[in-house]
Amino acid sequence: MSTTTINTQKVNFNVFRFNADEDYLPYYEDYSMDVTSEEVVLDILNRIKWDHDGSFSYRRSCRHGICGTCAIKVNGKVTLACKESMTDMIEVFGNDLVIEPLSKKRAIKDLIIDKADFWEKHEQVTPYLDTEIDENPTAENIVTPAQADTLDEADLCIQCGACHYACPVVEISDAFMGPAAFAAAYRFEADVRDDNESRLTDVNQMGSGVWDCVKCFECADACPKEINPIEKIGKLHNMLFQSGKAESNIATRHAVGFEKSIRKNGVLDEGSLVLYSELAGVVKHVPVALKMFSKGKIVPPWGIIKSDNLDEIQKLVKSSSTAKF
Amino acid sequence: MGKLKYALFTGCTAKQSTPEQMMSTMAVAEKLDIELVELTEASCCGASHLQDYDDFLSLVLNARNIAYAEKHELTMVTICNTCQLNTAMTKHRLDNSADLKKRVNEKLGEIGLEYKGTSKITHFLYAIIDDFGLDKLKEMVVTPLSQFNIAPFYGCHNIRPSELQNETHDTPENSYNPTSLDDLIIACGGMTVDYEQKNKCCGFHAELQAPKVSAILTGNAIAGAMDGNADWIVTPCPLCHLKLDTQTGHASEAIGREVSLPVLHMQQMIGLALGCPPETLGMKHHVTKVDFV
Ligand code: SF4
Ligand code: SF4
Ligand code: SF4
Ligand code: FES
Repeated sequence: MSTTTINTQKVNFNVFRFNADEDYLPYYEDYSMDVTSEEVVLDILNRIKWDHDGSFSYRRSCRHGICGTCAIKVNGKVTLACKESMTDMIEVFGNDLVIEPLSKKRAIKDLIIDKADFWEKHEQVTPYLDTEIDENPTAENIVTPAQADTLDEADLCIQCGACHYACPVVEISDAFMGPAAFAAAYRFEADVRDDNESRLTDVNQMGSGVWDCVKCFECADACPKEINPIEKIGKLHNMLFQSGKAESNIATRHAVGFEKSIRKNGVLDEGSLVLYSELAGVVKHVPVALKMFSKGKIVPPWGIIKSDNLDEIQKLVKSSSTAKF
Repeated sequence: MGKLKYALFTGCTAKQSTPEQMMSTMAVAEKLDIELVELTEASCCGASHLQDYDDFLSLVLNARNIAYAEKHELTMVTICNTCQLNTAMTKHRLDNSADLKKRVNEKLGEIGLEYKGTSKITHFLYAIIDDFGLDKLKEMVVTPLSQFNIAPFYGCHNIRPSELQNETHDTPENSYNPTSLDDLIIACGGMTVDYEQKNKCCGFHAELQAPKVSAILTGNAIAGAMDGNADWIVTPCPLCHLKLDTQTGHASEAIGREVSLPVLHMQQMIGLALGCPPETLGMKHHVTKVDFV
C-alpha cells in the first residue's frame, strides 16, 4: 500500500501524561504529526510510543474492536481507539485534539486507568446464566430467534467501559451501578434460559438502585457496539413494574404519577406530581415552590387546562395499559 | 418561501411552570411570521418517566399526539427537548416496526384516529435553522446582543441519542461538539461562551430520586458558564431552564460555591434581538432575576 496517494494533514495532539508512582499531578505533552486519512486513533498512540516516547502507556490488544481494552477519550468523546477513524475525529473537532484516559481521577499511567470499580459493579449483577442444568438432557434446549431477539443486542457488550466512564452519575456517585452493569443485568434477565429469581430485585436495591439515572443518553452515544444501555435501563424499569417487584419509592411513584395525571387531565399536573412522588418529603420543596409561586410559575390543580378530547385519552389509558402498581 | 406553518406541541411545562416560554414562543413566531397551530388535544409526552412505567401506553399516547399533527398535514414543532425526544422516539419506533405500528393503531382505531407517519417532528430550534434560516434571522435583528457573553446550554434530549436526533433535522449536529445554539447566539449578534458543560446534563430527570447527584450536575453547569465569563445562559429546553433557574440554592450548597446566572429560553433571546418589548417575553417569571433588560 503506498501512502503517497493518501491525504495527509497536520494535527496537534495534546496528550495526558501521568505516572502515579512519580508524579504528583498529571500534565499534558504536545505532539504534532502528519496524519493520514487511513489512520485510526490507535495508530497515533502507537506512533507517539514508537517515534516520540517509549514510556507512553496505553492498553490495546486485539485492534479489532473486540477486546474492549483501548477505550479512551478524544476531546471528551469516549471512543475505542482501534475503531475511531482520524478523519472523523478531525471532521468533528478540527486539528487540535486532546487525548485523555477514560477517567482522569482513575489514571495509573498515562491512558491506563484502574478499572476496578467497573468490574466490581459488573460482578454484582450476577452477569452469567443462572440455571439448573439437566446433566442428561433428552432433547435440545432450543431458543427461538424471537426469544433471542429480546436480548436486544445486550449480549454484544465487550466491557470496554466507555459508557460507564461517560456516565455523569458514575462520575459523581460511587453508589451508582452504571450503564454497563445494568445492561449486563438486562442481558441475563431477558434470557429465557435464566432462572435467577433475585437479580431484578438485587439490581434495584444494590448501590443507589436502578432509578438514579439522569437519562442523559451519554451512554447511548458512547457505546461502540450500539448497545444503547439507557434503553436497557428503561427495560429493567418496565420489568420491575411488570413483575410486581417495584417497591413504592419516590422514583416509582414519580413514574406512576404520570399515568395518574394523564388519566385525570391529559396533561401533567406538575405540582400534584411532586406531591404524590414525595409524600411527606414534599416539605423540602416548599422554599423553592414559594419562590416559583411568587413568579407565576406554579399552576394550582384547579387552574390546569386539560387536554381537549380528554375522553379519548382516558379511553386509551384504560385500553392500552400494560403495567400495574 | 411561503409562510411557514407548524403544528405546535407545547408540552405541559410551557403551560404551567414556564409561562414565559409560551409567551416568548408566540411573540417570536409573530415577528418571524411563522404560523403555529396549537395541538390543544395533545396529552403529556410522558417525559421519559411514563415510559419507565408503561412503555406501550406511552407509545399509544404519543402516537395520538402525532396523529393530530398529521390531521393538519403539518410538521410538528416541539418547544421542549424532552417532548422532542419522546415524540421523535415514538415516531422512529413506529416507522421501523410494522408490528408495533399495527398494535398501536389498533388502539388508536378505538377513538377513530390513525398514526400514519406522515408528519415530521422537529424542535423549534431546528425549525428556525432548517426552514427559516439563520441568515434571514440575522437580517431581522434590530438589537444585536453584542454586549453579552452568552453560554449555550443544549440539553441532552435535543442532541442525544445522536442517531435519532439527526433523523429529525437537516442541519447535522454532533453531540460532542454541537453548534446549533451557538450559531443562533451568533445570528442574534451575541458572543458565545465555550465551556465544558454546554452539552452535559442539568440533572433534571433525577431531581426527586437523586437530589444530591442532580444538584451537583446543576451546580457544575452554572459554574462552568460563570467561569467562562458568561453574562447569562440560554437553552432550548424548559426543563433545563427550570433546573438552572430555580434550583441555584440546592446547586450552590451541593458544590460548595455560590452559583447563579440568569437563564433565558432561546425564544426570549431571539425576542430581545428582534426588538420584542421585554414584557411580551415574560422576563418577570424568572426566579433568578434577569437584571440586564
Ligand atoms: S443515561 Fe443514565 S446510565 Fe446512561 S450515562 Fe446517563 S445517567 Fe448514566
Ligand atoms: S455497553 Fe457498550 S460502551 Fe458499555 S461496556 Fe459494553 S460495549 Fe462498552
Ligand atoms: S439537560 Fe436535563 S432537563 Fe434538559 S433534556 Fe437533558 S436531562 Fe432533560
Ligand atoms: S484494541 Fe481491542 S477493542 Fe481496541
